Amino acid sequence: MNKINFDNKVIEMKNITKKFGDFTANENIDLTVHKGEIHALLGENGAGKTTLMNVLYGLYEPTSGEVFINGKKVDVTSPNIAIKSGIGMVHQHFMLVETFTVVENIILGMEETSNFGVIDIDKATKKVEELSKKYGLYVDPNAKVQDISVGMQQRVEILKALYRGADILILDEPTAVLTPQEIEEIIQIMKNLTEQGKTIIIITHKLKEIKQSADYCTIIRRGKKIDTVKVDDVTEEDLASMMVGREVSFKVDKKDPEIGDVVLEIDKLVVKDNRGLDIVKELSLKLNKGEILGIAGIDGNGQSELLEALTGLRDIESGKVILDGKDITNLSPKEIMESGMSHIPEDRQKRGLVLDFTVAENMILENYHKEPFSQRGRLNHRIISSFAKELIEKFDVRPQNDKQIAGALSGGNQQKVILAREISNDPEVLIAAQPTRGLDVGAIEYVHRFLVDQRDRGKAVLLISFELDEVMNLSDRIGVIFDGRIVDIMDAKKADEKTIGYLMAGGGAEDESE
Amino acid sequence: MNQNKFIETFISIALGLLVGALVLLISGFNPVEAYGIMFKGVFSNPKYIGWTIIRSTPLILTGISVAFAFRTGLFNIGAEGQFIIGSLVATLVGYFAKLPPIIHPIVAILAGCIAAGLWGGIAGFLKAKFGIHEVITTIMLNWTALYFSNFVVFWKPFKRLNRDASERILDTARINILGKWKASEAGKAFLKNNSFLKDFLNPPINYGFLIAILVAILVWYILKNTTLGYQLRAVGYNRDAAEYGGININRNLIVSMMIAGAISGLAGATQVLGVSRETAVLAAMEGYGFDGIAVALIASNNPIACIPAALLFGGLKYGGSKLQPTIGAPMEVINITIGVIVFFIAMPKLIQMITSLRGKKRGVKVEDTK
Repeated sequence: MNKINFDNKVIEMKNITKKFGDFTANENIDLTVHKGEIHALLGENGAGKTTLMNVLYGLYEPTSGEVFINGKKVDVTSPNIAIKSGIGMVHQHFMLVETFTVVENIILGMEETSNFGVIDIDKATKKVEELSKKYGLYVDPNAKVQDISVGMQQRVEILKALYRGADILILDEPTAVLTPQEIEEIIQIMKNLTEQGKTIIIITHKLKEIKQSADYCTIIRRGKKIDTVKVDDVTEEDLASMMVGREVSFKVDKKDPEIGDVVLEIDKLVVKDNRGLDIVKELSLKLNKGEILGIAGIDGNGQSELLEALTGLRDIESGKVILDGKDITNLSPKEIMESGMSHIPEDRQKRGLVLDFTVAENMILENYHKEPFSQRGRLNHRIISSFAKELIEKFDVRPQNDKQIAGALSGGNQQKVILAREISNDPEVLIAAQPTRGLDVGAIEYVHRFLVDQRDRGKAVLLISFELDEVMNLSDRIGVIFDGRIVDIMDAKKADEKTIGYLMAGGGAEDESE
Repeated sequence: MNQNKFIETFISIALGLLVGALVLLISGFNPVEAYGIMFKGVFSNPKYIGWTIIRSTPLILTGISVAFAFRTGLFNIGAEGQFIIGSLVATLVGYFAKLPPIIHPIVAILAGCIAAGLWGGIAGFLKAKFGIHEVITTIMLNWTALYFSNFVVFWKPFKRLNRDASERILDTARINILGKWKASEAGKAFLKNNSFLKDFLNPPINYGFLIAILVAILVWYILKNTTLGYQLRAVGYNRDAAEYGGININRNLIVSMMIAGAISGLAGATQVLGVSRETAVLAAMEGYGFDGIAVALIASNNPIACIPAALLFGGLKYGGSKLQPTIGAPMEVINITIGVIVFFIAMPKLIQMITSLRGKKRGVKVEDTK
């Protein structure tokens, strides 16, 4: 940590308050960041971390408070001013032109031209290559953005900020979309950057990564600053309880499973991806009543296609799916649902919710055509509303308003709406894909509790997650998926992270002894 | 329509009139005088009010047609063609079918609606089956409808001698209010003593306007209170989530375009049965469908709001037509005004900025979502 220069406060935010109407997103928050440090901003979804950073980046004007950059008071009224002051921000959702090359994206908006306004792409490429080398951010400058992985796209975003002369980088949830390997790489990149004198602020709610990468951590809860701590002095549990304001348990409490009969049988399933190539390759799997079967694997090994095929959203090329003795291969989503399968989709905003609908309307997305929600094609708003209110109460969705537009809810509450809807279907098989993606510790605990509860009631849960910790904690059995096949299935109690990690990365089980 | 939307729309209309005034000023006309003429041209005589309503009626329906499709995430540029098909089929049934009054217009209207609904359904089908964008197909279907209609009008038993139009529909198929009575001796005698009614009934006042209002309410009700409306809105807002929820996307696309087509066809049918009584050979599109797009925009795709939006549109057009004979100002000024209104409505950000400025000054509380 010797790299931090404590005499050099590159950012000082004093007494920042930001109100949206009656809602106070930030209340008198102070934040000090020194040169060369990695500073984490930790808080639950909707705590106000991103708002604070948007104030710093000039996207929001604070209601009151002052911002000092490199000791000078700056009125950051627009991102241009922030950029000129040496601040760069990488948003959670990348802002790249997919059909442009890496270099084209990086220079977008500040193209250097030679004579007659022709873009000097060679010069730009050289400059990008130099930057890449200096900070260890290897990217092919001539590749098209649509052809490179998400992790690479993130590097492009970082390079974009560096190209614009950023000394202070704000990374909003940088690991949310990355695979475990990519996460390790980005942490290394952040360390490289700070060694070269850059300063980094990361917005996150992943405690493990804070422990791995950050020097200091500022915790924000409900718009207020709780504390700034030196990361080495605290444990993950300390951070978690500061974040949510109560003790949090990481271990999922669950009794031994009472495993019943096979309820879902997948036999030699073959599914194609969007490009028409086989991505699920003769995958077979059996799921029993009363268990949680976790599928561990790196993104892109056929998980998404597998669950789309199981739920009727994607065609099955060959093979069979049997649910409770009934062949559900290639039935419509509605028929599969009615056969007793529910599904928490991996992308809750794309698949799980109609964001422009109210919470109540979302609660009946799969059952709107059934009594008592409708009779003879007419919706019964009164019953829908009271049904929604009941679920809102039971699943603690906030705000407790069934007329709220779903898009206005925080991620955790959106997930609760989906969970409430799916569990109220009382499914024999619940497919939970990335059920806690992007959620904070409090909400994760909650989701996990409901999944375990489902299993304790003798139902089956198929959990697909890229978070190995989650799979290890929740599952009774763990299957590892690699290249469209289940390469191994093991008892969760006997599983260890190392073996699973090895299998996930394509190591054969037979080589395990090495 | 929530309050903010209402204010935004109102400001857009005011800005549109302002720019129209500027254009008039630049062209050397007194805008106050011109707007005065327009206002009088619409309101000074019950007859004019009647005409304004008649002019607005098809626009209400084509507006609802576009708005309805839009709620399902479809851009129905084909209202024009669906209107043409609706008119043509209603004329055919109105002329060839020999049916008693009351039943005759109902059959003619239903036939027009069904034909136009199927016409609209073609675009929905092509989208569902082959993924062809409805903007392309509906534009092409507009031209197909136009030339098909001309072709049918030139059919010998149908074409009127020495006229570029079809035969007129039979009297049994007409939907004029008190049409017969107006022409009868008793009616004439009564109207002589009641000048307001006499003037109001002078133009071909017909049931079309009432039908349009009923359709507006019906469509609003369907969207809000039925499972069909729920499905259509779900598909419109988020196709992926709707699919996930077990809703059949393709069927909804087709149904939506069919209903939108039927509503535009209804516009065409009522126009024939109530006003024109014939299908003319068209050299170009009449623009009822295209104006419907503008009406839907002004109404923010709310079917009920299509009524005032279409009345405004119809009023501006009808009132504007009086400028030429009185002060010699061209009708184009009115088209510019309408264009500017639509332009500002299509720029909600700008209007929001204006309204939020106003809000800040008065310290208005941030509105709750719904």
